[in-house]
Amino acid sequence: MLFTTVEQLINLAGSRKVNISDIMIEQEMASSEIDKETIYENMLEQLRIMEQAVDRGLSERLTSRSGLVRGDAKLLSEYSDTGRPLSGSLMTNAMAMSMATAEVNACMGAVVATPTAGSCGVVPACILSAGNHFNSNRTELVDALFAAGAIGLVIANNASISGAAGGCQAEIGSASGMAAAAVVQLAGGTPKQCADAVAIALKSILGLVCDPVAGLVEIPCIKRNATGTSLAIVSADMALAGIESAIPCDEVIDAMHRVGRSMPATLRETSMGGLATTETARKIEKSI
Amino acid sequence: MSKYTSVFDIVGPAMIGPSSSHTAGAAKIGLMARNIFNDQPEHIEVIFYGSFAKTYKGHGTDLAIIGGLLGYSAHDQRIVNSATDAEYLGINIELITSNEEADHPNTVKIIMRNNNRSFEVVGISPGGGRAEIIEINGFQVKAAADSNFSLIFHFDKYGVIAAVANLLASRGINIGHMEVARKSKGAEALMVIQTDQQVGGEITGEIESLDHITDVVVFNK
Repeated sequence: MLFTTVEQLINLAGSRKVNISDIMIEQEMASSEIDKETIYENMLEQLRIMEQAVDRGLSERLTSRSGLVRGDAKLLSEYSDTGRPLSGSLMTNAMAMSMATAEVNACMGAVVATPTAGSCGVVPACILSAGNHFNSNRTELVDALFAAGAIGLVIANNASISGAAGGCQAEIGSASGMAAAAVVQLAGGTPKQCADAVAIALKSILGLVCDPVAGLVEIPCIKRNATGTSLAIVSADMALAGIESAIPCDEVIDAMHRVGRSMPATLRETSMGGLATTETARKIEKSI
Repeated sequence: MSKYTSVFDIVGPAMIGPSSSHTAGAAKIGLMARNIFNDQPEHIEVIFYGSFAKTYKGHGTDLAIIGGLLGYSAHDQRIVNSATDAEYLGINIELITSNEEADHPNTVKIIMRNNNRSFEVVGISPGGGRAEIIEINGFQVKAAADSNFSLIFHFDKYGVIAAVANLLASRGINIGHMEVARKSKGAEALMVIQTDQQVGGEITGEIESLDHITDVVVFNK
């Protein structure tokens, strides 16, 4: 591996004066023995599936097998267009795209698990909305996915991307960190700023438990995709403003790993604690 | 040791939702089972254990497995209609939930039958859309989806294993991992061979024509 830590990743990118996505592509070429064009085309295909999921979630009225999905993405999108969103239309649009993807996922539609199915809305929503804001071209959007993937690889190998192992911080948290780095790269920020954005996002979501109602990837997962999206964007803004994380990114990832390990099993995707054992959750469980 | 090596493990897999372990992994188990059966089954029993037994409906685990059994991949949109498709094809499917303890929480047993053959396969979905077959007709195996491996059914006779290994070596195929299991001395046996390179159709045919080999099923990533 060219890098196993975020520090190695940003140092390598910094010394070669390239983006973190370039290092990720180089690493992928070395480990898979596949040529650059094919790797690029494969990632472009992931982007296409992401875009289709967003479109579908915003245009179709979807229902999940449990009946719990109610088209909240559409509500948010309409509010974004006609209301006066306090967090700005970029933010509400991004959140709507994120929920749209998460709803498509809940309704057995096609998505790209990034890094997981439960957290599949965050990265596409951030990349597409930031890309729209900065008028990024297709290549830049695909590069942003590689940047997100580089951060995700480090988190997956040094902490976790599984709710069953590390709680929701490992799923929505990882997705937010990955998306924050991607947004910074799209904005033209430095590799170091990418790392700071990741650290800021992860620090803000440290300890979040995985407590899905009735064991389904619906409540609270879909809404957490929206809030995880907002976290990624504000973390990127802070890093782009020049704010540094006092705790280095790799140490934050290590903290996330330790927090996950000390989390009781009841709060790691078993639906035996947290929101999953509330009175209302029990009622929902019985009704489906 | 790195658990994840590819960016597409992180930005991916492309899949039908809602759960990588309960839907995508399940679809892959179904597809592997179908390839092992190597024919259209007429009757299928699907037995869910652990978390699969508790939440299969909400996660569409049943549709994913049936989809896989019909040959659909984990990102094939037809998974949603797989139960209807199976009915249309005249495949009789029985879904059963078991209270029995399984070693892994996401375990499923699939029993496939038609006039010619009967196969019993046990699979697990350890997470992230990964899938493994851990038992085939009573043989304990370890065969992961998205890797190159060959299942070689044979009779437990001296020289069979060496013949297969020699054949692979002569074609420049390196064995990464290999397991051999048998029912009893001289009886039915199974080799599970994981290879670094893909095993092509021509080589598969050559393996099949070796002495004492009854069936060869090859998975290429």
